[in-house]
Amino acid sequence: MTITTPEVDHQPFDIERIRRDFPILKREIGDRQLVYLDNAATSQRPVQVLAEMTRFYRDHNANIHRGVHTLSVEATDLYEEARRKIARFVNARRAEEIIFTRNTTESINLVAHGWGRKFLEAGDEVVISEIEHHSNIVPWQMLRDERGIVLKYIPMQPDGTLDLEAARNIIGPKTKLLAITAMSNALGTIVPLDVLVPMAKEHGAKVLVDGAQSVPHLPVDVQALDVDFLAFSAHKMLGPTGMGALWARYEILDAMNPFMGGGDMILTVTMERSTWADVPAKFEAGTPNVGGAVGFGVAVDYLSALGMDAVRAHEVELTDYALRRLGDVPGVTIFGPPSAEERGGVISFELEGVHPHDVGQVLDTHGVAVRTGHHCAQPVMAALTVPATARASFYLYNTPEEVDRLAVALEEVARFFGGA
Amino acid sequence: MNDPLKTGGSGLLDELYREIILDHYRRPRNHDPLKTPTCSADGANPLCGDTIHLEVGLDDHTIEDIAFAGAGCSISQASASMMTEYVKGRTVEEARKGAEAFQQMMTTGETQDLEGFDDIDALQGVSKFPARVKCASLAWKTLEQALEGGGVASTEEGETSHD
Ligand SMILES: Cc1ncc(COP(=O)(O)O)c(C=O)c1O
Repeated sequence: MTITTPEVDHQPFDIERIRRDFPILKREIGDRQLVYLDNAATSQRPVQVLAEMTRFYRDHNANIHRGVHTLSVEATDLYEEARRKIARFVNARRAEEIIFTRNTTESINLVAHGWGRKFLEAGDEVVISEIEHHSNIVPWQMLRDERGIVLKYIPMQPDGTLDLEAARNIIGPKTKLLAITAMSNALGTIVPLDVLVPMAKEHGAKVLVDGAQSVPHLPVDVQALDVDFLAFSAHKMLGPTGMGALWARYEILDAMNPFMGGGDMILTVTMERSTWADVPAKFEAGTPNVGGAVGFGVAVDYLSALGMDAVRAHEVELTDYALRRLGDVPGVTIFGPPSAEERGGVISFELEGVHPHDVGQVLDTHGVAVRTGHHCAQPVMAALTVPATARASFYLYNTPEEVDRLAVALEEVARFFGGA
Repeated sequence: MNDPLKTGGSGLLDELYREIILDHYRRPRNHDPLKTPTCSADGANPLCGDTIHLEVGLDDHTIEDIAFAGAGCSISQASASMMTEYVKGRTVEEARKGAEAFQQMMTTGETQDLEGFDDIDALQGVSKFPARVKCASLAWKTLEQALEGGGVASTEEGETSHD
């Protein structure tokens, strides 16, 4: 029982063929063709993912792990095969190290509950950074309030990069966990894990990486990174919503407490007590999102077929072009690191005299979808002293022509609001 | 052609950003702080970062003077400017009626038959943009808060943004 490997062999990176896999890109908004530049919020899904999810529900649907009948066995195989695919994609040592969750947020909360509550005591320090998404801030604040742990922040510098000198002083013998994003969703900053991880390891701290933005856009190898936890979401990497993963070292998962209690996560239940199932079942209480896992598996097949190095190269080229093109639009200020090599395909900007919300509204009438707001990173907005920004974020199907459409539309926004 | 799922387009834009709205945005009325406000309130729209600080000078039941300061999108700031123009010189009762009429307009998309509401009626197009209704309503929510005795008004109960 296997999922048919989708027909993706767009080698070398053939943007026209790739775009044909994403029918939504042909959509018209009003009378303009859609330019989708909100990929950091969620990506689009290729027909291959949609087709396999449909095929799963049409031909193989059943609950998993509980049946002897044929469909249940098939569904279980498909679910577990998806786990193996995700494991290979991040180069995990074994498939059991992948826990299926709903999204990055749930993955991080799983660690805060299952690991944090068991192993952290009052006075222990958790180090995060000023550029984290709220989902890597709030769970730790909650744990602080509950357990009396100490939460410390590595500060951001004005260009959106982290202050590594400060980090050296903040990470110390009391640090038990460094929980850090690999790429900022608000500014695109790529965080130098190769510098930060050794600082934490030197003090015997565990490292959790928020990979919500990095796993979809950069080659990721958990063994090479030498970290302990990696959280990511399927919906930002061509997969379905309601699907995410936590990768963690097997020994750590084995030692952790379960997150939720219920069916599928137990070995035995008596009226008095229960014993836990093995990893990963221990963390997957209840009927999981089987169809979602199938779609997630096909999504990483798609990315692997293109090659993450090629995906990254495409985005660097596009981002480099966009930094120059948007930089030439009068009144535009771009936040974050100056070069495309130091950032993912995320460009947060401001247009002088026009609130980001108005920018986004007018761009929409040009068919250009960008995000406006605080991007769930209010500390970043506070550090930049702006209430909000507009953000264009790219993916493997975006083109320089679409960047041009954005730039031209921005010039029109400036005209529209500029006139006295 | 008539796909209900398809929205957007540039015709709609002119409906949203009527000239009078842009005028209030560029030249906000009642923008200088009051010397002796009798009550004040702060309003925030956490999802997009609009903020409004409102100061009211009440004399008995009449809004003798009113001023706002704030930062935010054109819709939120223009709406605040228009609101202050409308309520200035009116009674608290009338101001509350205005707030009700405004909410009605945002829900139904229909202009309100209210004396002195002409500029405000230009915001009617906002009702077609659900994401912007909160921006337009912020000033009125903050006004109601101020009239209740001050404090903080928010368009959100909690955080619901997904980036
Ligand atoms: C850096 C980062 N972390 C965490 C998240 C949360 O992801 P999700 O909403 O899928 O849980 C996001 C996405 O918005 C993100 O960009």
